[in-house]
Amino acid sequence: MNDSLKVLIVDDEPNIVMSLDYLFRKHGYQVFLGRNGEEALHLLEEEVPDLILLDIMMPKVNGYEVCRHVKSQARLASCKVVFMSAKGKEADIEKGMEMGADLYVPKPFSTRTLMKQVTALLDGAGPSS
Amino acid sequence: MNEFGVISVAVLYLLGLFGAAYWGDRAAARGKSWVKSPWVYSLSLAVYCTAWTFFGSVGEASRNGMDFLAIYIGPSLVIPLAWILWRKIIRISKAQRISSFAELLASRYGRNSRMGVLVTILLVLGVIPYISIQHKAIADSFEILTHWDGAPRGASGGIFQDSAFYFALLLSLFTIFFSTRKLESTERNTGLVVAIAAESVVKLLAFLIVGIFVAWFSFDGLDDIFRQAAAHPELEKLFHVNQGQGYRSWFFMVLLSMGAFLFLPRQFQVGVIEIVDEKHLKQAAWRFPLYLILINFFVLPVALGGNLLFPEGDVAGDIYMLAIPLEADAPWVALVAFIGGFAASTSMIIVSSIALGLALSNNIVMPLLVSIRNVRQRTDRLPRTARYARRASVGIVILLGYLFFRLVAAPYSLVQIGLVSFVAVCQFIPATLGGIFWKTGNRRGAVAGLLAGFGVWFFTLILPKLPGSGLEVGTWIEQGIGGMAFLKPTALFGLEGWDFISHGAFWSILFNVLFYVGGSLFWKQGTVERNQAEVFVDIYEYSEYYESSIARRGKAEVADIRNLLLQFHPPGYVDRALDVFARKYHIDWTRYQEADARLITFTEKLLTGIVGVVSARLLVATVAQEEKVSLEDVYAILRESQEIRTTNRELRLKSEELREATEALQSVNVQLKQQDTLKDEFLYTVTHELRTPLTTILALSELLLDHDMEGEEREKFLTTIMEESERMGRLITQVLDLEKFESGKQRLRRTEVNLVEVVEETAFGIREAARDRNIEIVVDLQRSVPQVQADADRIKQVLLNLLSNALKFARKDDGKVIVSMYFLDGFIKINVEDNGEGLALEEQDAIFDKFYQVGNQKGSPRPGSGLGLAISKQIVELHGGRLWVESELGKGAKFSFLIPVRPFNSPE
Repeated sequence: MNDSLKVLIVDDEPNIVMSLDYLFRKHGYQVFLGRNGEEALHLLEEEVPDLILLDIMMPKVNGYEVCRHVKSQARLASCKVVFMSAKGKEADIEKGMEMGADLYVPKPFSTRTLMKQVTALLDGAGPSS
Repeated sequence: MNEFGVISVAVLYLLGLFGAAYWGDRAAARGKSWVKSPWVYSLSLAVYCTAWTFFGSVGEASRNGMDFLAIYIGPSLVIPLAWILWRKIIRISKAQRISSFAELLASRYGRNSRMGVLVTILLVLGVIPYISIQHKAIADSFEILTHWDGAPRGASGGIFQDSAFYFALLLSLFTIFFSTRKLESTERNTGLVVAIAAESVVKLLAFLIVGIFVAWFSFDGLDDIFRQAAAHPELEKLFHVNQGQGYRSWFFMVLLSMGAFLFLPRQFQVGVIEIVDEKHLKQAAWRFPLYLILINFFVLPVALGGNLLFPEGDVAGDIYMLAIPLEADAPWVALVAFIGGFAASTSMIIVSSIALGLALSNNIVMPLLVSIRNVRQRTDRLPRTARYARRASVGIVILLGYLFFRLVAAPYSLVQIGLVSFVAVCQFIPATLGGIFWKTGNRRGAVAGLLAGFGVWFFTLILPKLPGSGLEVGTWIEQGIGGMAFLKPTALFGLEGWDFISHGAFWSILFNVLFYVGGSLFWKQGTVERNQAEVFVDIYEYSEYYESSIARRGKAEVADIRNLLLQFHPPGYVDRALDVFARKYHIDWTRYQEADARLITFTEKLLTGIVGVVSARLLVATVAQEEKVSLEDVYAILRESQEIRTTNRELRLKSEELREATEALQSVNVQLKQQDTLKDEFLYTVTHELRTPLTTILALSELLLDHDMEGEEREKFLTTIMEESERMGRLITQVLDLEKFESGKQRLRRTEVNLVEVVEETAFGIREAARDRNIEIVVDLQRSVPQVQADADRIKQVLLNLLSNALKFARKDDGKVIVSMYFLDGFIKINVEDNGEGLALEEQDAIFDKFYQVGNQKGSPRPGSGLGLAISKQIVELHGGRLWVESELGKGAKFSFLIPVRPFNSPE
């Protein structure tokens, strides 16, 4: 549990955003929401979240591009990126990890498992999948 | 001279002939090579020279001078051609085991027995007059020799007082004996050939002796005769060709004698059937003309001499050969002349009657006898029956010749009658030449040609002869049938002024050729005939094909084989090898003298080890006399190659079909792979689309379980779970729907539909939703559109989809959706227009793809599946119409679709 932790949740599915918003608030995170890649990039100009939950397939600016942006900015070096995608094939996961993601969560996922993995990630245990 | 003495000499001569034949056979059996020499062959061809030559030429020369030469120029000119013509016929005859001319034509024209009968009858008809003049010659020469009193005494009195009759009987008996010694087999009749060659020598020597006698005993040499003759204007004319009539007559004589030389039964017998080696034809090409020159050398001197010695003209030229020596009181020379003439006559009668008798018994008598059940059933007696049939046939031919002589020919000259026969024989030229060079020539054409030719021959050359022989036919011979002059036998179609023979030859051959060619072109060949035509015309190909392939049948003496082997292997080895061979096949060398195919193959094997296959074959061929391919062999080979060809063709067809099938399969496979890939992508996308609502449902359910919630929050989460579940259900339905359309399983239920009603109903259905969002719906329909054949529910589905989209994308505050419809060029066009943001150009095609989602559907309560437009497009296309969109960013989008009034070529 870390009260000061900030999380950015980006997905074009409002109901998924809604669920995760509730989940992370319940766990004491400060939550920022983005409904697409554009909004996410916009938010990242001001905030430096500890964690970014990122959908991949989004209109206009997709998750990969957001991830690439985060990894290319020294300012955002501390951000852990977690992909959430319905693209659950091995190849998709490998591609995601190569993009520099710290975690890849295939949809559908259990919120309980997600929470455990995210906590472990932020506790400094380093990337784990 | 006394009759008994002359008859005795004649009988002795015949016995000598018999001896020559016997001797020839013995010599052949003992392998003496001279009996198979080209000299014997060339001399046997001189059977061409008959009593006509011996007596008739002199007569002809005494009347018409050089004209007698024409019938020798013909053969001399044509014998080089025999290398082309006869050699081909020889090959064919050997291949098809043909033993007579009638069989040759019967075989060529469809192996047709009736053809054989026809040719045999025509041959007998045509040649009988010719045989008859031989009887006449024998009878006359006998009479003259025995009753010379300064003037000829014609044969007279009844048959039984007629010496010719007894000669005919004698000759019949002799020929029957002569022929049936060997006639059983179709093998070569070496003895006969030797005897005929001997006769040719006899008649040549006899002629030369008489000629020398006339020139140097009756006169003072040849120049004396010519000098004396030149003194007489009448005789001087004979040195030249008869002006005017002469050249046409010559032309026809040369032509006729060419045909006669090649196709007279006796020429065919010795020239084709009895030939030992076809290379002999080459030597005969100069030896035979040489013979003709020699035997004709004294014709003109004797004729002129006779004319000088018998100026009154009471002695016919035909008997000068006898009359001059008799008049000079040199009976021995006359006897030599008689024997020469007798040799010339008998050689002709013997060979002709054997050839015709064989044809007669093979083609007519035997088939008739076999058709009688009693004869057929006594199979053990058949060989004997066949022998008797042949003997009887030979006798019949000779006696028919005699009868013709008695009834018709007696008053005419030898040459006239002979030429009539020549014309008859020439009737076979078109069918024969066509048979071996023209594949199209067929049986009906041949029959038509032969009948036409012989008909005209009979009409122009035989009929006019009959009245003169005492058989009154009527005055129309002189005036034409029914008084119509153009049907006058001697001036057909008004052809006047030609000599008798040329006239008949011209018309008969012309009609023959016309009918043969016309008939062959008009009628079609049967299968057998086509095959035979193929084999006949291309005989060289077939015989070479045979030689280079399987199953040769050679004949060789075992001794020759052994000698051959000894040249390559030591004697001990050869004998051991032969012993092995003998043990293997249980062969007794004392009885096994002629090597058969087994030994020849064995020999080839023994030699192959040393000299190789090809050389071994060649070596064996030097000692093994190869038998030519038989008809059955040719057919077997043809059939085999035909089968192979057919099989090949079938295989080719099959492999072609297979190749096509493979290609089709490959392309189907490619399509399947593409479809498979598409299916995979589709499935992947579908599952992806299903995972999204599933994610929400799962997350919210866990949250509900893990946290105590306020009533409002809880309700919101549960409602969302419901909505997402519905969304999944919709998606599943649509996926299945689309699958049905794409696989063609979805069928339209067409009825007569009033589209006005359908559009209004649908628009009415969404009015609630539109009002909720404050969107105005404008419906603008052309009322008078025709009814269409369509599936109303499906059209409604399309409209609903387009309207939902329009509602979704119409402007928020003052949204407007316009539905319009009108009739245009056989189609009904329906538009659904919104005033939303519109679509970028690149999106306008993509929106019809499956699972394409347009941007942010802000605040949409029911997120689309991305399948609606794809399904709509399928429905419209299934109706035979088209769905598309026109849009510009910021200016709304207009979806349009066409539905044809009459469905055309659409699957449903």
